[in-house]
Amino acid sequence: MRREVRFSGFGGQGIILSAVILGRAAVMYDHKFAVQTQVYGPEARGGASMSAVIIDDEEILYPKVADPDIYVIMSQEGFEKYGASARPDAVMILDSTLVHSRPGCMFYEIPATAEAKTTLGRDIVANIVMLGALVGYTHVVSEEALKKAILDSVPKGTEALNTKAMELGIALAGGKKQP
Amino acid sequence: MTRTEFWQGNIASAEGALAAGCRFFGGYPITPSTEIAEHMAAKLPKRGGVFIQMEDELASIASVIGASWTGARAMTATSGPGFSLMMENIGYAAMTETPCVIVNVQRGGPSTGQPTMAAQGDMMQCRFGSHGDYAIIALCPASVQEMYDLTAKTFNLADQYRVPVFLMADEVIGHMRERIIVPDAVEHTGRPAFLPGTPPFKPGAGLIPGFPEFGKGYGTHVTGLTHDERGYPCATNPGLHAALVKRLVDKIESATQKLADFDVVNPDAEQIFIAYGAPVRTVQQVIHDHPDRKIGFLRVRTVWPFPAHALALFRCARRFIVPELNLGQIAREIERHAKVPITSVPKLGGELHTPAELFAVWEAGA
Amino acid sequence: MSFEDWFRQDRLPHIYCAGCGNGTIINCTLAAVDSMGWKKEDTVFVSGIGCSSRAPGYIVTDSLHTTHGRALAFATGVKMANPKLHVVVFTGDGDLAAIGGNHFIHACRRNIDLTVVCMNNQIYGMTGGQGSPTTPRGCISTTTPYGSTEPAFDLSELAIAAGANYVARWTSYHVKELERAVKTGLETPGFSFIEVLVQCPTNFGRRNKFRQVADQIEYIKAHSLLKAKRDRLLEQGERIPEDMYVVGELMRRSRPAMGLAPTEVKP
Repeated sequence: MRREVRFSGFGGQGIILSAVILGRAAVMYDHKFAVQTQVYGPEARGGASMSAVIIDDEEILYPKVADPDIYVIMSQEGFEKYGASARPDAVMILDSTLVHSRPGCMFYEIPATAEAKTTLGRDIVANIVMLGALVGYTHVVSEEALKKAILDSVPKGTEALNTKAMELGIALAGGKKQP
Repeated sequence: MTRTEFWQGNIASAEGALAAGCRFFGGYPITPSTEIAEHMAAKLPKRGGVFIQMEDELASIASVIGASWTGARAMTATSGPGFSLMMENIGYAAMTETPCVIVNVQRGGPSTGQPTMAAQGDMMQCRFGSHGDYAIIALCPASVQEMYDLTAKTFNLADQYRVPVFLMADEVIGHMRERIIVPDAVEHTGRPAFLPGTPPFKPGAGLIPGFPEFGKGYGTHVTGLTHDERGYPCATNPGLHAALVKRLVDKIESATQKLADFDVVNPDAEQIFIAYGAPVRTVQQVIHDHPDRKIGFLRVRTVWPFPAHALALFRCARRFIVPELNLGQIAREIERHAKVPITSVPKLGGELHTPAELFAVWEAGA
Repeated sequence: MSFEDWFRQDRLPHIYCAGCGNGTIINCTLAAVDSMGWKKEDTVFVSGIGCSSRAPGYIVTDSLHTTHGRALAFATGVKMANPKLHVVVFTGDGDLAAIGGNHFIHACRRNIDLTVVCMNNQIYGMTGGQGSPTTPRGCISTTTPYGSTEPAFDLSELAIAAGANYVARWTSYHVKELERAVKTGLETPGFSFIEVLVQCPTNFGRRNKFRQVADQIEYIKAHSLLKAKRDRLLEQGERIPEDMYVVGELMRRSRPAMGLAPTEVKP
């Protein structure tokens, strides 16, 4: 089944990296197909950045995401630009530390930035917390695949921190009902 | 053992070049092709190759041509504005029959245009952009896999035909990441052998002269002037000039069927899409989404020389539909060859046609 | 061997006009190359477009006669791809300083191991005498019919400022000095630039009151000021007339260079 995930936030949060990690998890470790795309351009540096991933059991033909099933939103501007128009049956995971609006679709609030800062001491890993929550709620890739893809992608010496961030995200999602 | 990777298209192109034995990259950074240069800068020195960032694209392609004469497989990568600057020496490479590979990750033009958005607006420029008559080979990838496979192939074609070969990619394919199966090795054919003692520009099989690599004592003079078989300038001899230019074109055009690389879907369809590059993906989606309809598809990888003979494979054709990220550049080329009407479906702005848009065009004629 | 062994006999006679100084410069360059003991198969000549750039066509080695202004970019590709080759570039003032100016400064900056001989005739000779970036102020060309109003480039000073390891300027009159300078250039790792002022009787001399070829050579000789003498004059607080050409070895240094053959690379 084709699933389309859109990530948005502001430049510097690791939005693009999150999407690359998700796509990598699907392809390299879940042995599925994935396509990752992103918005390039000056607005992606500091403004609202966006990246999308399509995951499918079959080969992916049309590579662009038009109407995502799943949103991961990490900034208010990102919500307004890339999240506000989510269709009613979509699912949104939002960083409630930074996003004040709420969508018309089903959504989950994850205080990722605050949790990353207080629990892990580093808000830089908020995006990994969100990835953990994404997988906790949607199982769009397996936890094992996500973990391996994260370890492939993060700087040397930060593996433990990022693993904790992912586990924190999964835990934050764990108490809640599966969509 | 093949291996699976999750690579960006531009990285796959660079890796394809490395697998093909590319030893020299001369380039200048330009969005959306820069990742190719960056990857080559990281990888080539470790493999005994040379990466050099030149002062501009005029110099980039010049350095590539210089390197090629030493026998090295050599390439550059660029996008629209840089491609325009390269035209001068692309003509030189065509005239001097210098094997070289140019990757163009196309973005929206004219001028600076849309640096981060996709287009296919340079398809005619790659064929005709330098002054004078000549011919080249151009391949268009539609996946990250093909960024790898077709880049590797361009080196073989450049060597075999002694001609500039273009990988005409686009921002969508260059920048997206997807699954790729990396082969153990790629096919590696060489340049036509030079027989010492023969005139260096005397054509051999396929109208192609043997390659007299520099540094072997052949003493070859290479000039962009009209030259005789010895390579000597001969710029005011009308017959000689005509014969030389005719040969430069014929050596490519006479190989059109051999160079052709395309897939045919539903050859008995009445309405047939023809696409290359990223729009291929949209057409594939349309066909996938409508299994009950007989939608024809000619999916072209070798765009130049255009495989006109493929059109005849659709015996029931009533119309060809040509979606392109330009105002109908290849549609016009197809129109020149087709016996049925052409519907050009241009799209400007940097985004792909949606499957719904293309299906609507097909449906309107059903 | 002598310099004559480097000529491609079946291409002679050459296209240069009677009285042209380019042949002198080619002879001096080939004499210097010959004295290096290089093998022909290891030596490549590269050029752009113009009278100067026809030189490689008369030389028996592998050679690239390229596009206008781009010789140094092509030469960079040859040298970087195969540093074992000795690469010598012939160019002219229009080719190098106008259309090829950017490649010139960057080749100097990279200090790539090339030897560049620039035949500076202060005019576009091949195309009938148009003004170039080195046409002196006041001189007549077909595109400066009332006298050039632009200041001229000092190519050697440009090469020095941009980073070349070896820079010398001589004239077509100073054949012995020129041959020695080219040889030093060939021996020096990194970018070597030898500028040679040369008469163009057909398109410069004719329009600028040099009725005989010898008149222009005499002028060039009389307006050459040895660097040592220039330095002495400066020390004494003397003024250097603007129409003098400072000749001699103007720079010799060993900045880090690119494109050196493996054996030449110093630890």
